Amino acid sequence: MPPAGGGRKAKSMDNRLEQIVKVLQEQASATFEESRGEVHIFIHPAQLVDALTFLRDQHEFSLLSALTATDYWPQEQPRFHVIYQLTSLTQNLSVQLRVPVGGEAPKVPTVSGVFASANWRERELMDMFGVEVEGHPDPRRILLPEDWQGHPLRRDYPLGYEEPQFTFNFEEIDLRKPYVKE
Amino acid sequence: MGVEQKLGNMGIVTTTLESAVNWARTNAMWPMMFGLACCAIEMMAAQAADFDMSRFGMELMRPSPRQSDLMIVAGRVSRKMAPVLRRLYDQMPEPKWVISMGDCASCGGVFNNYAVVQGVDEVVPVDVYVAGCPPRPEALIHGVVTLFEKVKGEKFNELAKA
Repeated sequence: MPPAGGGRKAKSMDNRLEQIVKVLQEQASATFEESRGEVHIFIHPAQLVDALTFLRDQHEFSLLSALTATDYWPQEQPRFHVIYQLTSLTQNLSVQLRVPVGGEAPKVPTVSGVFASANWRERELMDMFGVEVEGHPDPRRILLPEDWQGHPLRRDYPLGYEEPQFTFNFEEIDLRKPYVKE
Repeated sequence: MGVEQKLGNMGIVTTTLESAVNWARTNAMWPMMFGLACCAIEMMAAQAADFDMSRFGMELMRPSPRQSDLMIVAGRVSRKMAPVLRRLYDQMPEPKWVISMGDCASCGGVFNNYAVVQGVDEVVPVDVYVAGCPPRPEALIHGVVTLFEKVKGEKFNELAKA
């Protein structure tokens, strides 16, 4: 149990998590990192489905509370970390699995067979980061319009969409602004 | 002095058709009940007792585009909302007007990014822009009254050309 009063003292890793990390290190050649009381387990894409199944079935991590990614552009190898945040409601534990993937045609296997809620989040991942999810049952776009080009949450995606209109460039922008014809 | 004194004993009044029609249009302009973001809160406040837009004949917010004359675009329009907005506009019967309420609807506001339309005038023709983030209800009412002034100046022969 954590100390009462919500103390923020640095505490060593939970025993149960330590065991999990040990097993994953041996069986899936995973590495881990501890940061601010959170455990991040780095794992190879090929081992991902097995690791998630193991955590779900053996250690009661029944909730996939987040599935997202981080872009470390301009770093290319690995450029993305695909992040799977798991929560165990019965044990009050949280663990993060990270899958590093390269910038050239990034790819991860689908985990929607393990956690059904991953379905939509993987679609969002494909939309926003352009990380391909192999074997996804329904790989349509989820958020962006059908004809969208590019992946907005990538670091190299342009930040602004339009130059702001001020007095000095008002007319120039006014001329090329796509006003509705009517 | 009421209108009956102006009428005298004749019981009739002479005016132009233009001004009579424009008077009718401005005094019962029903806005569409269509809020997109936080500006909609101010739009509701403008409708409520304190500011009371029914003073201007706008007490009815119609939840159907078929029954409304005025579209108040209250909030930022996302790229996926834009086709819906255009469709609602197309469903409104003529004559119809559009007020772009707030900075986001007028020019994108603080949302200069991929997800938000940079000005709703890319989607529907706008008559009056109301600045503010969000505009106070007074500002919206001022925008509405400005629109009334515009409508009162409409000429039939110009409408016929268009």
